[in-house]
Amino acid sequence: MKFVSEFRRSELAEGLISQIHRKSRTPARFMEFCGGHTVTIFRYGIRQVLPRTLDMVSGPGCPICVTANADLDKAIALSQIPEVIIATFGDMLKVPGSRSSLQEVKADGADVHTVYSTMDALRMAEENPTKSVVFLGIGFETTAPTIAASILQAEEKGIGNYYVLSMHKLCPPVLRAILDSGEVKLHGLICPGHVSAIIGSYPWEFIARDYGIPCVVSGFEPLDILQCVDMLVDQIENGESRVEIAYRRGVHPEGNQQALKLMEQVFEPCPTQWRGIGEVPDSGLKLRKKYQHFDAELAFDIDPGPAYEPVGCICGDILRGVKTPADCQLFGKACTPEHPVGPCMVSSEGSCSAYYLYGGGFEG
Amino acid sequence: MKDKILLAHGSGGKLAHELVEKSFVKAFSNPFLAKLDDSAVIDISGRLAFTTDSYVVSPIFFPGGDIGKLAVFGTVNDLAMSGAHPLYLSLSFIIEEGLPLDELNQIVNSVQKAAQEAGVEIVTGDTKVVNRGSADRLFINTAGVGIIPDGVDISGSNARPGDKVLLSGTIGDHGIAVLSQREGLRFSTKLESDCAPLNSLVAEMLNASPNIHCLRDPTRGGLATSLNELAKQSKVSIRIEEEKIPVREEVLAACEMLGFDPLYVANEGKLVAIVPPEDADKVLGAMRGSHYGKSAAIIGEVRAEHPGRVAMKTCLGASRIVDMLVGDLLPRIC
Repeated sequence: MKFVSEFRRSELAEGLISQIHRKSRTPARFMEFCGGHTVTIFRYGIRQVLPRTLDMVSGPGCPICVTANADLDKAIALSQIPEVIIATFGDMLKVPGSRSSLQEVKADGADVHTVYSTMDALRMAEENPTKSVVFLGIGFETTAPTIAASILQAEEKGIGNYYVLSMHKLCPPVLRAILDSGEVKLHGLICPGHVSAIIGSYPWEFIARDYGIPCVVSGFEPLDILQCVDMLVDQIENGESRVEIAYRRGVHPEGNQQALKLMEQVFEPCPTQWRGIGEVPDSGLKLRKKYQHFDAELAFDIDPGPAYEPVGCICGDILRGVKTPADCQLFGKACTPEHPVGPCMVSSEGSCSAYYLYGGGFEG
Repeated sequence: MKDKILLAHGSGGKLAHELVEKSFVKAFSNPFLAKLDDSAVIDISGRLAFTTDSYVVSPIFFPGGDIGKLAVFGTVNDLAMSGAHPLYLSLSFIIEEGLPLDELNQIVNSVQKAAQEAGVEIVTGDTKVVNRGSADRLFINTAGVGIIPDGVDISGSNARPGDKVLLSGTIGDHGIAVLSQREGLRFSTKLESDCAPLNSLVAEMLNASPNIHCLRDPTRGGLATSLNELAKQSKVSIRIEEEKIPVREEVLAACEMLGFDPLYVANEGKLVAIVPPEDADKVLGAMRGSHYGKSAAIIGEVRAEHPGRVAMKTCLGASRIVDMLVGDLLPRIC
């Protein structure tokens, strides 16, 4: 197995596409929760090859996009403290906060570093004992275990100058919030692949059971998504709603127990703010009492000031699946990847960025 | 203790002379340089192509090459992309103090080997040493000149509707090989940079057809950026087919891991050619017959509608836009 090119073979894709066309009779709307799936869907033009019966909407599964401005402002405020080094994943740099972005404060002299893993941030703390390193803990259940591991390692090694600003988000609670709001009528859910690799497929059961919506966990290659759509169509045409996995090479129903244990040991659920969605109970992660001395918010006295949303930006509506980038007046004009107004245009997994880069609905 | 470059090596005094004679003149032995005059004096006639470039790659040694080889081939390739036959290069070294002399000599030798492979001579140069922290180990600035044969007219604005788009081989090898060595990102791969001189390939292509319209080497910004430049300059659109573009499995895998699209990853030994349709097969044959174009392919064509746009037929048969690279390539976080 090479794990990439086999999942992009056109003759297999052709077969799946015609199978979907043959089977799909009932009009249905599917949401892909994950930004990674959104990118695959646009990069390969999947919406163009599906039958007219099927409608696809993008969900809130881009961790950068759903980070509230108030949280971004906290990160920027932390960067202004002397002797503080901010360590962050690269995608965060360009996201505009209420008044500035990490990229701008970096240009003005703030000590902001891009890292590729939490362990790099921890090493940075070890190498700079006179400074404080604050890691921007962003992401879903996929990144949280690695951040938990870095905290446990810091504790074990007695590294006292490493802190985490926990802005983590949990996926199942926000899906419940979206479904409860009733704003978007969904008939099928493409469940996130990497998140499910950690949490397994059981945490999605409530969607199939309580809301009667078929769920299929998908991988990230074009054939994965087509297979997932095919399985969703099967459930719909058979009048079923179950949780299935179309990504067996990455996901087991019970998830990754070791990663879950790490998360459980270091973090506990808390209410948190999602951009465009508001506060959702138990959808965030905060450090447990035992590890609170690593909490950047408690360790530093910051006043980020009031948070503002950019005028005219509809990222919030897009994240709820209520609107698409095409509905936004700023899209492609005032808001482009070079000059982003909202986060969905910045993040490589944002809907607006995918629409813009790959030409949503483009025929040519 | 190992010998290192000191600030005095760039002072113009004794140490500087010693460095020039022992390292540079010895390696690049040619009559122009050996005179050690302020300029190289050369007789030249014909249509002159003249280019300059700077090399700041990090790390300076990477699988399949180093900054010296890159500087020579990069400059040679810029000349070759205008159809020129490259002749002479200048090289300026900006060295951060503390660079081990061994490493400098390794790079100088690699420059010489590369110049030999490409058939060019290093006829003039300069060395400066800067304080620690003022440069990242070693930067190289180059200039190059070459002669364009009569009857050759190659420019980014020459693409015409109906023309075919040819690519000389696999994309993304250089970018991924360099990234695999980068601090904080290190991953193991057998992949090597494709760093290569393209002048002999271009000569063979021009032999097959002097009517080649455009040539470009897709370095920074990758194939996608080069095609966008050509579409904009020529005021045409370009449509490529995903399945026709050769990409190594290692590059595909690394791109998946890092969240990159191979279309945007740098190459240092590949070229894109835009050729009239009637000459496409001849030129393709010449490319495949060259050591530097064995896996060449026709990847698409030039169209009149939507000037400035590059579109791609995906492996699912759908279409998507291929835009220019925006900002830097960044790794994904989930």
